[in-house]
Amino acid sequence: MPLVRNGKIAGDEFVHVADDAEIPGDGAILISSARFLADAETLSRRAGKTGVIWPNNRDVDDLVPYLDRLAAVALVFPIFRDGRAYSQARLLRERHSYKGELRATGQVLRDQFVFMLRAGFDTFEVRKESDAEAFAQTAKRYSVFYQPTGDGRLTALHRRMQQRHSESAGQ
Amino acid sequence: MYAYDELDRTIINERVSEFRDQVKRRLSGELTEDEFKMLRLQNGVYLQLHAYMFRVAIPYGTLSSKQLRRLAHVARRYDRGYGHFTTRQNIQFNWIKLAELPDALSDLADVGIHAMQTSGNNTRNVTSDQWAGVAPDEIEDPRIWSELIRQYTTLHPEFSFLPRKFKFAITASAHDRAAIKVHDIGLRLHKNAEGETGFEVLVGGGLGRTPFIAKTIKPFVPGRDLLSYIEAILRVYNQYGRRDNIYKARIKILVHELGIEKFAQEVEDEWLQMRDSALTLDDEVVEDIRSRFSYPVYEKLPHMPEELKKAAHDPYFEAWRKNSVAPHKVTGYAIVTLSLKPVGGPPGDATADQMDAIADLADKYSFGEIRVGHEQNLALPHVARRDLPALWRELDKIGVATPNVNLVSDIIACPGLDYCSLANARSIPIAQELTRRFANHDTANLIGRLHVNISGCINACGHHHVGHIGILGVEKNGEEFYQITIGGRADENAVVGTLIGPAVPYGEVADVVEDIVEAYLALRARPDELFIDTVKRLGVEPFRERVYATR
Repeated sequence: MPLVRNGKIAGDEFVHVADDAEIPGDGAILISSARFLADAETLSRRAGKTGVIWPNNRDVDDLVPYLDRLAAVALVFPIFRDGRAYSQARLLRERHSYKGELRATGQVLRDQFVFMLRAGFDTFEVRKESDAEAFAQTAKRYSVFYQPTGDGRLTALHRRMQQRHSESAGQ
Repeated sequence: MYAYDELDRTIINERVSEFRDQVKRRLSGELTEDEFKMLRLQNGVYLQLHAYMFRVAIPYGTLSSKQLRRLAHVARRYDRGYGHFTTRQNIQFNWIKLAELPDALSDLADVGIHAMQTSGNNTRNVTSDQWAGVAPDEIEDPRIWSELIRQYTTLHPEFSFLPRKFKFAITASAHDRAAIKVHDIGLRLHKNAEGETGFEVLVGGGLGRTPFIAKTIKPFVPGRDLLSYIEAILRVYNQYGRRDNIYKARIKILVHELGIEKFAQEVEDEWLQMRDSALTLDDEVVEDIRSRFSYPVYEKLPHMPEELKKAAHDPYFEAWRKNSVAPHKVTGYAIVTLSLKPVGGPPGDATADQMDAIADLADKYSFGEIRVGHEQNLALPHVARRDLPALWRELDKIGVATPNVNLVSDIIACPGLDYCSLANARSIPIAQELTRRFANHDTANLIGRLHVNISGCINACGHHHVGHIGILGVEKNGEEFYQITIGGRADENAVVGTLIGPAVPYGEVADVVEDIVEAYLALRARPDELFIDTVKRLGVEPFRERVYATR
């Protein structure tokens, strides 16, 4: 499955470690939330990068104490019409100031890229090769946005205000 | 009228180009039907019994004559020459071809019309009072706020994949013409003691399989906080609304299961964390939107012009005027409702020729503006009273002056089994038969205000729960049967109707309605006691007796 990171197809440095497999001391790993929470203090301090796959039906509040020690959080779209992880992503980025990698996993298709970028995702496990290849182009599909999110894009309302102010300043 | 600026135009054009690409990928097989389904739904495209159906948004029910002509063009060019106005200020085209949809959308985008989020599990078209801006009892024009919500909900990056569909309605009048209590979020604009504009926020209303009347979640949310408060509600719903069963996925079920107090507390906790954010609507932002609504420059005209006095001698004109003409906030003007409920016709349909003619009449008599109401009728919102007789003659010529507005033959009905793949039973032929039974205007007038609502299945698109008489099609052993409820209403006193007894077969529905109406005429305390008030006073029992005595 192709990985898109910061806008480009990239290799995945993280290894998915199953719940019954041994956790290596170093190297970047992605583990389940259950495994992580069972020993969060130790795991979040291991030498290698640690990332957690967080289910979309569990409050992200439970993850908050460890956020600054996590290298990645992977949120899940079990089917693409299940949109819970969009809220989780915004909460992690905007309310809890999470700065690490935020990864979209599951049924990730081209047609969600813009929404996901706006919600704060920067890494995508994309189902189809053709969608991954179309990432850069798809991400530019929209140039105007009605809603403010943490991605910093100016909203239409604010652009209008700026326009008004520059017009009145020019008079 | 709200005028799109360059930013609004850019968004809808970008949306059209995105959808063009999606259709192309579907036609080439790159997208499976399952993958494409959600994408087409978010652009208003359903797969119906015979063809694709295309639902176009008419935000808060306001159209310019230019836009209406473009809808006529779409009906003619891409469909079969007519369109169907729905109960949620949308218009549907029933015979559209998938390959031509992007072109139809592009033609509409040219005049500032879109079909974004008219279906799918997202925030739907924002609806409002079709008399907004002209109703005498209005506090202020609710369309300013409707437009702010339209923009806020369009392509929302967090809330485009909700558990289920989500509908907003706004009213700014004491008399609720927008049915806000049967919406997921209902907003009643009012002013607090300090004179500040805000909203009573209601949540969890809805019809369908499990009808609920919305409950007040907060009596006053200041206008500046409206969007953050809405975002808090949507975020709680997006995370905790049920996704395991589509019949329990609407916000009404979450509100019901948690209880309104607990739900309100969840929303409050969320809201307090993001109330002061980029969502705050500063006065100048609201003013900017307000400034892009244009209003007619009215003349100083008499309330009772000569033309009207003269026409009062014509009983046909008077019959129409009494039912179709409503007071306007400006002296000398009136709001005129155009009935899309001709005798024997399907409720809410208009042909392309009718749409063009109505657009011309709007230019001539109503400052180029047309409104669409949830009762599936149109309105011309700014007609000089002196022009009423001339307008009436022209409306009559094109078949939209049936004098039955708010009467028994002004029926709300879903498309039913004639078009819809979800339906269990036909709706339109029932409506058509009822309009024939009550075609005599004197009888209909004697009966007075009476709303009949028909749905062809439990999804309740015809809002049967809140009809004074509600008719619900069900299937019994492969045959069409109909459950009849009475006493429902959708206004500020909204209530769900009560079932009067066992379902009756297709062929008996019109007889049953006639029996109910006859019972009412015999039971009403005075000639001006409305049907709905008689039912409230006496309950359903006397009606049940009458209907089932001989069945």
